[in-house]
Amino acid sequence: MNLVTNNKWIGQRTIRPDGMDKVTGRAQFAADTTMPGMIWGKVLRSPHPHARIRSIDTSKAEKLPGVKAVVTSKDIVDFPIEKGAVMLGIQDMRWMCRNVMARDKALFPGHPIAAVAATTEAIAEEACKLIEVDYEVLPWSIEIDDALKLDAPILHEFNKFDGKPSNIVGRLEHKKGDIERGFEQADIVIERTFTTRPVHQGYIEPHACLISVAPDGKTTIWSSSQGQFMVRAMTAYLTGIPQSDIRAIPAEIGGGFGGKTIVYLEPLATLLAKKSGRPVKMVMTREEVMRATGPTSGSKSTVKIGATKDGKIVAAHGTFYLQAGAFPGSPIRGAAGCSFTPYDIPNLLSEGYDVCSNRSKVAAYRAPGAPIGAYAVECVLDEVAEALKIDPLDFRLKNAAKEGTKAAHGPVFPRIGYIETVEAAKASPHYAAPLGDGNGKLRGRGVASGFWFNAGGESSAQVNITEDGNVVVTTGHPDIGGSRAGIANICAELLGIDYRRVSVIIGDTQTVGFSNLTGGSRVLFASAMVVTQSTEKIIQTLRERAAKIWEIDPEAVKWENGAAHPASPNAGQFEPLTLEELAEKAPAMGGPIGAGVQLNTQGADGGFGTHVCDVEVDVDLGIARVIRYTAVQDVGRAIHPGYVEGQLQGGVAQGIGWALNEEYIYTKEGKVDNPGFLDYRMPVCSDLPMIDCIMVEIPNPKHPQGVKGVGEVPLVPVMAAVANAIYNALGKRFYALPMSPPKVLEKLEGPMQQAAE
Amino acid sequence: MAKVHVTTSINGEPMEFLCEPSDTMLDALRGPLALTGSKEGCASGDCGACSITLDDRLVCSCLMLAVESEGHEIRTIEGLAQGERLHPLQQKFLEMAALQCGICTSGMLVASDALLKKNPDPSEEEVRFWLAGNLCRCTGYDKIVRAVMETAAEMRAH
Ligand code: FES
Ligand code: FES
Repeated sequence: MNLVTNNKWIGQRTIRPDGMDKVTGRAQFAADTTMPGMIWGKVLRSPHPHARIRSIDTSKAEKLPGVKAVVTSKDIVDFPIEKGAVMLGIQDMRWMCRNVMARDKALFPGHPIAAVAATTEAIAEEACKLIEVDYEVLPWSIEIDDALKLDAPILHEFNKFDGKPSNIVGRLEHKKGDIERGFEQADIVIERTFTTRPVHQGYIEPHACLISVAPDGKTTIWSSSQGQFMVRAMTAYLTGIPQSDIRAIPAEIGGGFGGKTIVYLEPLATLLAKKSGRPVKMVMTREEVMRATGPTSGSKSTVKIGATKDGKIVAAHGTFYLQAGAFPGSPIRGAAGCSFTPYDIPNLLSEGYDVCSNRSKVAAYRAPGAPIGAYAVECVLDEVAEALKIDPLDFRLKNAAKEGTKAAHGPVFPRIGYIETVEAAKASPHYAAPLGDGNGKLRGRGVASGFWFNAGGESSAQVNITEDGNVVVTTGHPDIGGSRAGIANICAELLGIDYRRVSVIIGDTQTVGFSNLTGGSRVLFASAMVVTQSTEKIIQTLRERAAKIWEIDPEAVKWENGAAHPASPNAGQFEPLTLEELAEKAPAMGGPIGAGVQLNTQGADGGFGTHVCDVEVDVDLGIARVIRYTAVQDVGRAIHPGYVEGQLQGGVAQGIGWALNEEYIYTKEGKVDNPGFLDYRMPVCSDLPMIDCIMVEIPNPKHPQGVKGVGEVPLVPVMAAVANAIYNALGKRFYALPMSPPKVLEKLEGPMQQAAE
Repeated sequence: MAKVHVTTSINGEPMEFLCEPSDTMLDALRGPLALTGSKEGCASGDCGACSITLDDRLVCSCLMLAVESEGHEIRTIEGLAQGERLHPLQQKFLEMAALQCGICTSGMLVASDALLKKNPDPSEEEVRFWLAGNLCRCTGYDKIVRAVMETAAEMRAH
């Protein structure tokens, strides 16, 4: 591996190429785009959690002046259930075609029933109200326990579990050793059940798109998504337009966290544009986002861990029930596959169950499933460590997975950095600091670890040298958190030029090779690999060009500091040829200089993190506040430390919200009761402390720049770290999230009343 | 319904536009005025992505009617830089990576600018409470708070 050392740009906090546009308000997000002749689309949504749709009459809406087109499920390509799965990435098109618009049944409040395009948004909304839908309202269930009852209403009658119609739509297990024998060896066994509530990804930018369909079917999509190629493919499947006729242009994206890895609006807007002959813009309201997109699963998990007196974990059993929402697909793989992975456990059974209920279909959310599983596992570990009177970080070190450990989900680990994260947490000033006086409030400290698989996959890049000797890099992954900065650093480093000479562009589907989603902590891993290889090809060309000019062998030319030089004194005496000079001579010396690479990138090994959290609990008000937080993570190599830290800090903030406040609350009628930012309490600036980051850098040997994915691990341990800290403060353990003020007060009431008596 | 004619000043320029009586200032900015730097994250005053100033007072443009701008001074993110010269806050946000996706950034900058005009030497707590109306889901606020404090320190030094 030729890891660049002594680097000038890799590892530097450079200014991101798209930064200027973003601080001046110039950047074009999806809702900022307009087009001549544009009209507006709006969606009519089901008011019921569960209802059979007997008929839909759109005639009155169609007659309203200003209305240009109406679509219903009849216009969307059907993928019949009996014909079996049609997978597109991780999505089954049978569910996607029913999720974008209800077919025979509405399965959650907010489920699209029809869509209208009109000359103004107000007319489109008015027209939605004129659509008459004949519903047969059916019984419904939201919570896992209700969905699993023997007489529960079944969402999908075709689905059988254990031979009977069921809302359990999937199960997977990871197994190692023999858990019964393992638990027999244990001196201590602790088993607990935990629940978590659904939480939303909470990106600040609502879903939006603008779509134009020409009479010949040529379609242009501007939309906010984590993958323009995913948008193209899904829209093509659902509308019947060939992919080659669809150009999906990635707008700047205002956050996603997994929630923008599927489509909601694009197929509807495309059909409306096709029918009306006009470009159609659709933008969700915040309420629509909360009712009909994302969130991640609510869950119920039981975790049992057995250890010997000397602190070795001998057996573990985890059962994770996750809500899928209206259609199969909850992240059981993340819950069952990640939660025990930081540990070397000889006997293990980890099971996941995918459960449908009448809520919107879940979407990926940062390390999907893993934070849910880690919350349960890391809390039980804390209890075991306490029972054995071992420091919780020492307990983790004693059982840590390392090179050669076989993970429950299959692989044998190569060199990983988990132990280093625990050691760094232990050695941190935070872990050594006294908790301090809470001035009447109770303080506590907790720790937890987490793992995420990370991913590689398809990525494409094109690097072109401009006529004035600068560089344009085009990749295919939407830049959601600063990836362009990392790419510019790498390309400038390899070429030996100032990073400001590198411009990084996110290509659309028709101008750059296939690139998979921005997600799975894969973007910098994958794009850095294809950009490195493309740049290396360019350097090879530049050396050949210089060799030709000097009439020497290309092997006798080296590339250094942005110029070709003779490789050694006996190669001859020549003045260096700079990138600018070679670019200027390009027409006469073989033509344009550019190179592209398309790869299915491999070697994205898992990521580990260990967190330390201090809380302060106001026992009168029940408010728990995080007052100090340190996130340690093996980041492989921080190509742009500022944006790596940003990933850590942002993930932690989301986890603190999940732990302390965020949850979907439902009305008696089965509707989301807090579909706005005011009542869905995401952390605001004054809720949080500074979040310290310790980046452990153990370069990934399978990556040319040592990159490991970093985006998802930071959310995984947070809820457990907060819960363990609250336990440490109060001596009371929470088995349900969120640990919001009413729930904390409820827990405290018993002893406080006793004390008062 | 007939549209209303509004005469106002935006980022120091006299401006006229037509709007519905029910349009918010954010609708007008993003629509007829084509100033899309102010973003709509919620339309209910809870995210701050649409922050602007009205006669130097920080407001959510989604909570204000467009007609209320008649005769007043509006400032938006588009007016923060002076031609080619960025406002020190903008420069610091770039240098300190105080943005990830960037959708909250316009509102954060407008709100931070309003803070520093009122209080050139805010404590961390004052920054955090002032910006509590501006949601950011990406950064965990750490780098934003640091960038605001550092800009304040630099501006005081000059
Ligand atoms: S859009 Fe105005 S505060 Fe959110
Ligand atoms: S940077 Fe994405 S919401 Fe703040």
